[in-house]
Amino acid sequence: MDFKLTEEQQMLQETAERLVRDAYTFSNREKFSESEAGFSPEFWNQMGELGLTAIPFPEELGGFGGTGIENMLIMQELGKGLCLEPYMESVILAGGLITQLGSDAQKEELLAGIASGELQAAVALEEQQSHYDLCHVTTTATRQDGSWTLNGRKAVVIGGHTAGKILVSARSAGDVRDQSGISLFIIDPNSQGVRRRTYSTVDGRKGCELFLDNAKGELLGTDGEAYDAIRYHSGRAIAALCAEAVGSMRVLCDITLDYLKTRKQFGVVIGKFQVLQHRMVDMISELERATSMAILAACLADDEDSEERSAKLSAAKYMVNRAAQYVAEQSIQLHGGIAMTWEYAGAHYAKRLVMIGHQFGDDDHHLEAYAAQLSI
Amino acid sequence: MDIHYSSEQLAFRDEVREFLTNELPADIASKVKLGKHLSKEDHQRWQKILSAKGWYAPGWPVEHGGTTWGAVEKHIFDEESAAAGAPRTIPFGVNMVAPVIIKFGTEEQKAHYLPRILSGEDWWCQGYSEPGAGSDLASLKTRAVRDGDHYIVNGQKTWTTLGQHANWIFCLVRTDPEAQQQRGISFLLIDMATPGITVRPIITLDGDHEVNEVFFDDVKVPVENLVGEENKGWTCAKYLLTHERTGLAGIGASKAAMRHLKRVASKQQKNGKPLIEDTLFRTQIAQIEMQLMAAEMSTLRIVAAASEGGVPGAESSILKVQGTEIRQAITNLLRKAIGPYALPFLPEEMEYGYEGEVLLEDYSPSLASIYFNMRKLSIFGGSNEIQKNIVSKMILEL
Repeated sequence: MDFKLTEEQQMLQETAERLVRDAYTFSNREKFSESEAGFSPEFWNQMGELGLTAIPFPEELGGFGGTGIENMLIMQELGKGLCLEPYMESVILAGGLITQLGSDAQKEELLAGIASGELQAAVALEEQQSHYDLCHVTTTATRQDGSWTLNGRKAVVIGGHTAGKILVSARSAGDVRDQSGISLFIIDPNSQGVRRRTYSTVDGRKGCELFLDNAKGELLGTDGEAYDAIRYHSGRAIAALCAEAVGSMRVLCDITLDYLKTRKQFGVVIGKFQVLQHRMVDMISELERATSMAILAACLADDEDSEERSAKLSAAKYMVNRAAQYVAEQSIQLHGGIAMTWEYAGAHYAKRLVMIGHQFGDDDHHLEAYAAQLSI
Repeated sequence: MDIHYSSEQLAFRDEVREFLTNELPADIASKVKLGKHLSKEDHQRWQKILSAKGWYAPGWPVEHGGTTWGAVEKHIFDEESAAAGAPRTIPFGVNMVAPVIIKFGTEEQKAHYLPRILSGEDWWCQGYSEPGAGSDLASLKTRAVRDGDHYIVNGQKTWTTLGQHANWIFCLVRTDPEAQQQRGISFLLIDMATPGITVRPIITLDGDHEVNEVFFDDVKVPVENLVGEENKGWTCAKYLLTHERTGLAGIGASKAAMRHLKRVASKQQKNGKPLIEDTLFRTQIAQIEMQLMAAEMSTLRIVAAASEGGVPGAESSILKVQGTEIRQAITNLLRKAIGPYALPFLPEEMEYGYEGEVLLEDYSPSLASIYFNMRKLSIFGGSNEIQKNIVSKMILEL
């Protein structure tokens, strides 16, 4: 057990930090967000050129063999800059699923592109009724003459609007809530039978609703046995989101602390008021908790699948969601009116921090999951 | 970065477990697990066993009888000890006055006091708080006036934990009444057998005798009992408080309490099934367990960082707040777990070895008392509000 970063990890962190700091001023972010892509293709390319998109892939597949720790370091920096790029979705989640489940041909076709950044992939797991329960799948997959046809609707696919490929979970057997009978398919979003309704998200990103009407899909992995991998890689996504939240919380705490030291009311800086000091300490206290849980999640993310790993990742997401919401709400409160405006950067951090709770399970979802497995 | 134990650390854990299995007296472990009172003799018996193994003062330098354990080894030891039902270490000697003597004391003081702490010959208590000096510790009034080779001490200390067992007390006393607050304070070691000292019990709201008042009436203390320089006692006090806070998160104790909570909730019934299967109650346990997981990770991070670079800073204040809130939350659920049986006040049933009729369960009589007793956690060692002031000043610079 130790908490030190290696020299290589420190260098990786510095690289990501520098990249984000140079590219992501607040006004730049606004421009990226309003663009058609909803993020910066240039920044995405730079991530590829610097090798950041290749970090988690095995060396034999052209990657750097990075683990949850490396993912955490990158996600924290992306969180600090409030970056919009679908790194978690494409590199960590889609990349992880294909690495585990893909045939040699599929890996060869897709992973080099994902690792270089040339191919941006998305993952469609949620549905209208699923509410974070990823085995609640009604989208159907039927096989005829060796090819698969998909029908149904997938919900809130972040990055799906620009993705070159989308991984879709669909049911090829079993009842709607069975864990077995779920398969993963690779679809080309521009092919026949696929319709995307693109929208902006509250936190400045873009995503889409995915309508599948006799769409063609290519099976990824074994028919009907994708759920274990979906659960496992959702865990890696959870760890990544925890790290991103910690990065964003850290900046939002800094912004709020600065404000307490400069804003004057009643003739003094408001940071002199004890009631506000203690609130700020509570925010830092939540940040510390979240940091610890993000580290825990990062260290477990690449462990073998087990109930203990799932439980601890649920604990991490629960604690981080709660902390993120607390920091977001209190930050707005401590600022007063200014944090209610679109032009204030802090407001956008607050929005992202709350929205992270809506990806891969909110605090209620993970509390329920953790309580269900509680070891006696 | 890796949160898994290394093979050496796992081997160390096995060694600790084996030691506890073989050496921890069953009656003591049973008392601890059931929340029964421990006698002075219980504490001393366990201390002697630890001392014989060389594990009573793991935080001390090796030359004084400590260990070479790092942060992780200490954590493993604390966690295993708490899990096995070992009594908590009474900190006043080994973890409070000793670090001050090691840091600020003379060679003579180290040679005299440290071995007596290890052997259990001396039982120390803490003379800090006064009736008029609680969170505002620096306003203390107990006077020490130099008279030749002695100080003459007059005043009153309070909240002296287990002072009824102690033969020595370390005190903050005012040696310069003219100086501003912190400046005129000295750190003095006082033999409790000195004439002029009176110890009176304070019975706490749970009916327990744990704390005392200590009165000083013209008590003659040799000047060689001063630690550090005269009027520089506040430096010792601050050093000690940082040491104290790190342990105040009480992770090992909370984990043990959590296990107790699960045992109790498995045994108690609601709606015809074990309470732990009740969604609402189970969810509350889950919430606290996750908070505890985070606090444990934070403790490890802070202690590990501190072991690289000295004394832990104000971060330990955050942990004190989190850790004490968690422990209090566990005792709250324990109290609620027995429903109306939290009401009966049965001091005789709380004693170990009680052989009369058991009203509900052996664990039940003490649960409400422990809940009330644990309210102290957020008050002592610098109240949680004081901890927030420290963070505000030291980390946030507000």
